[in-house]
Amino acid sequence: MAVSDIPGGLPPRLHAIVEEFRAADRAEKLELLLEYSDRLPPLPEEWRNNRAAMEQVHECATPVYAAAESHEGRLTFHIDVPEEAPTVRGYAALLREGLEGATPEMVLAVPGDFFYAMGLQQALSPQRLNGISYLLAYLKRLATRELAKQSP
Amino acid sequence: MSGYAHPEALVDTAWVSDHLNDPKVRIVECNEDILLYDQGHIPGAIKIDWVGELNDPIIRDYLDRERFEKLMIAKGISNDTTVVFYGDKHNWWATYALWVFKLFGHPDARIMNGGRAKWIAEGRPLTREVPSYPPGEYHAPERNDAAIRAFRDQVLAHIRQPGTALVDVRSPQEYTGERLHMPEYPQEGALRGGHIPTAVSIPWASAVREDSTFKSADELRELYASKGITPDKDVIAYCRIGERSSHTWFVLTYLLGYPKVRNYDGSWTEWGNAVGLPIEK
Repeated sequence: MAVSDIPGGLPPRLHAIVEEFRAADRAEKLELLLEYSDRLPPLPEEWRNNRAAMEQVHECATPVYAAAESHEGRLTFHIDVPEEAPTVRGYAALLREGLEGATPEMVLAVPGDFFYAMGLQQALSPQRLNGISYLLAYLKRLATRELAKQSP
Repeated sequence: MSGYAHPEALVDTAWVSDHLNDPKVRIVECNEDILLYDQGHIPGAIKIDWVGELNDPIIRDYLDRERFEKLMIAKGISNDTTVVFYGDKHNWWATYALWVFKLFGHPDARIMNGGRAKWIAEGRPLTREVPSYPPGEYHAPERNDAAIRAFRDQVLAHIRQPGTALVDVRSPQEYTGERLHMPEYPQEGALRGGHIPTAVSIPWASAVREDSTFKSADELRELYASKGITPDKDVIAYCRIGERSSHTWFVLTYLLGYPKVRNYDGSWTEWGNAVGLPIEK
């Protein structure tokens, strides 16, 4: 598989986001990432006052927290990233949107290096990619936990 | 800012605010996060990206004379422009960019004390508008690495010489070898942990206060002298890739006036991976 191929089995929304990024040139990719960063929703109140119940992404240079909620087997992720870290915010927002309503199995099936298909390595250095790539691993951990809750 | 050896190398936020429209001054933001400038910056400030614009795209090295000249011209910087750097995380990358400018001998390069955090904390304006300036007129000399940059073999010779000092500015856990990377930062691929023999540990951020401004000259002098880093020595600073140590290089050179300070930018990602180099834990 060429690195530019979009991996199969991505949730449809994430697939569309990957396509959107893939079609963009380097400057446009950065603009897109900033747009995603701008629209990362604030944490719902019940989580805002309960960060201890969230998962902290220790590999990120800034304090990043994530949590998952499940409704009828479909997941919603809540991710908190400070405004001083727009690159991480942008990536968190696109993951959040791309995985909205996915089942835990779908989240677990996302390849850990799917962002190569977006061409993010053209816009972000290895140092920068390294940090954000951990976020998906944490979301998968949350998905695994939701999956365990579902099984009898 | 009194008491510093070269107080002209620092400006405060009020000075920047007064010089936003000064054609002889170029305000330059340099951050770890590549999108932070685009999210909002000091009105009139331009961005320099340390990864994309200051590094050679292929070799692990900095840009050459020709590229530097082109960059300066494109950014509207001339040889006589006063360049004021500021950025996130206590001006960490701002001092890194200043160090690269000094490899090409840019005469007037300064740091805005307190950086981005202080500007924002004071409620000063930010904009998303990207300015454009007429091209600069720039003639750069060949890059001169000898004065302020150290290489691996020089460091190896250095630690066997009397009258030298080596500062490890990483976190205490990286110094002891307990960790191979900064706390809360991703692993960046060093095969061995520890520090270069003879190095003393003075984490880079001990040079700043909570508001990101530099500590007073007396506090800084005490901080470094207490560990044997004194102005009579030939000093080399290192970290992981040379960015945190450029902050310490700036403090020792401009705030304390040490005459001979070099930054070993190969740092731990080179030393901790090289075959056969001595390591202490």
